[in-house]
Amino acid sequence: MQRVILIAIPYAWLLALFLIPFVIVFKISLSDIALAIPPYTPTLDDGVGPFFRALDFENFAFLMSDDLYWKAYLSSLRIAVISTLLTLLVGYPVAYAMARAPEEWRATLMMLVILPFWTSFLIRVYAWMGILSQEGFLNQFLLWTGVIGEPLTILNTTTAVYIGIVYTYVPFMILPIYAALDRLDGSLIEAAEDLGCSRLQAFWLVTVPLSKNGIIAGSFLVFIPALGEFVIPSLLGGSGTLMIGKVLWEEFFNNRDWPVASAVAVILLLLLIVPIILFQRNQQRQAEAEG
Amino acid sequence: MTRLSWFNVTSLTLGFAFLYLPMVILIIYSFNASQLVTVWAGFSTRWYGELLQNEAFLDAAWVTIKVAVLSSTIATVLGTMAAYVLVRAGRFLGRTLFSGMIYAPLVMPEVITGLSLLLLFIGIGLDRGVLTIVLAHTTFSMCYVSVVVSSRLMSFDRSLEEAALDLGCSGFDAFRLVTLPIIAPAVISGWLLAFTLSLDDLVIASFAAGPSATTLPIKIFSAVRLGVSPEINALSTIMIGIVTVGVISASLISKHRTLRQRQEEQAAARAA
Repeated sequence: MQRVILIAIPYAWLLALFLIPFVIVFKISLSDIALAIPPYTPTLDDGVGPFFRALDFENFAFLMSDDLYWKAYLSSLRIAVISTLLTLLVGYPVAYAMARAPEEWRATLMMLVILPFWTSFLIRVYAWMGILSQEGFLNQFLLWTGVIGEPLTILNTTTAVYIGIVYTYVPFMILPIYAALDRLDGSLIEAAEDLGCSRLQAFWLVTVPLSKNGIIAGSFLVFIPALGEFVIPSLLGGSGTLMIGKVLWEEFFNNRDWPVASAVAVILLLLLIVPIILFQRNQQRQAEAEG
Repeated sequence: MTRLSWFNVTSLTLGFAFLYLPMVILIIYSFNASQLVTVWAGFSTRWYGELLQNEAFLDAAWVTIKVAVLSSTIATVLGTMAAYVLVRAGRFLGRTLFSGMIYAPLVMPEVITGLSLLLLFIGIGLDRGVLTIVLAHTTFSMCYVSVVVSSRLMSFDRSLEEAALDLGCSGFDAFRLVTLPIIAPAVISGWLLAFTLSLDDLVIASFAAGPSATTLPIKIFSAVRLGVSPEINALSTIMIGIVTVGVISASLISKHRTLRQRQEEQAAARAA
């Protein structure tokens, strides 16, 4: 009896507040927009038969035909892929250096990587607004050093979005790579060097393949949230930066088109299912390899 | 390896400069006397004073703390239950669905979670306010709690629980007297994680909040959309300060505790 209650309470909570809401999103994505409260039709008040007959894939057809959505999906994918690669480029050397640092530093370095996690995400993105703006800190600095003659426009461009994503998600990249490099047996690299590898060759042929799991885990941890990102493109990006999270938000709050917003959400979810499943598989394989 | 090569020193320096400089700049400029956020006009705490008089921000801060305390507490109870079910309850009908529902919210884009919850609240006619934000935050943070707690549950020695049961404890007593004290550190860190997730959340709260309740992130977001403001710099500095003090003291306390534990163990070993 105790066992049943123990299972039932969290189960019921998740069903009611996680699964059922999704069913509702899916249902509304098949509905039509209406001038009513709530602003879509049909509702179950119309009766069960007419309710199901009134559902159709019109919104999805609309998303297909309007190239705004295509562009937004593609550009989200592109931004997520490129920023994942950039995060890897920034994160790997830091993780590598942390794994090579003296034993007594490592706990402190770890804490320094984790500390930004606890700081408000919004504030960390906001901090870049003051740095990247026309008369911001970066432009002032570059003008002062004489590298540039006139201020660069960085804020409200896609470049600023890349900087924002790399900045906020780089700890997610550093931690799994560090964990992989930390376990790496140093004698393997020595062996490679003894056998005639140069340091760079040893790095490419031994270190990188052995940290592969960390790289894969880190990349997914950056890619998945970056794809649906809303705050970064809306604060740092400009009107030219199309990202699907932002489109969904605007469709819902500005245009009040709930059926189309729901259809956008359903497709975003479909886009994410493949990387999420791949990520789960990778984690499982790793767990099995260690266990 | 005891000495770092110049390459590693450079990457550490640049990496941490990248992570910390933006926040340092933000903090410095929060003490700027000028209204123009990019021109330095001398040291002043003017913006902190104005912030403390800003009723709207104080109200929002109060709502945020209330929501965070409530949602992280409920999430800790539910998440610990869920972790216990996942690790200990064995097979039951719909177990795959259950574990799927625990892991899915961790990777779900916030816009989708927020949208779906809002549609639910409207569908059942629940007025949006503090209650709906608490429900929304509890739902996603209980999943984080259950991941943290279940990793601790998996790593501990089950025979301790079995011994308690053999010695006549009821299932609940065995949990209360044996399991809970052992997993307590994970439960506490789960609570802290849920608390910060709730404090930090903008997107889900924006969907779940009605006109009657605004949280601090929503307030900050609508203010910074218009550009950088010195008041927000001051507010950010306060928030960064609280988090830094909290995290550092938490890690010092846990370090102290492990040291003391080690000393006690050594003393016990000597006594024996």
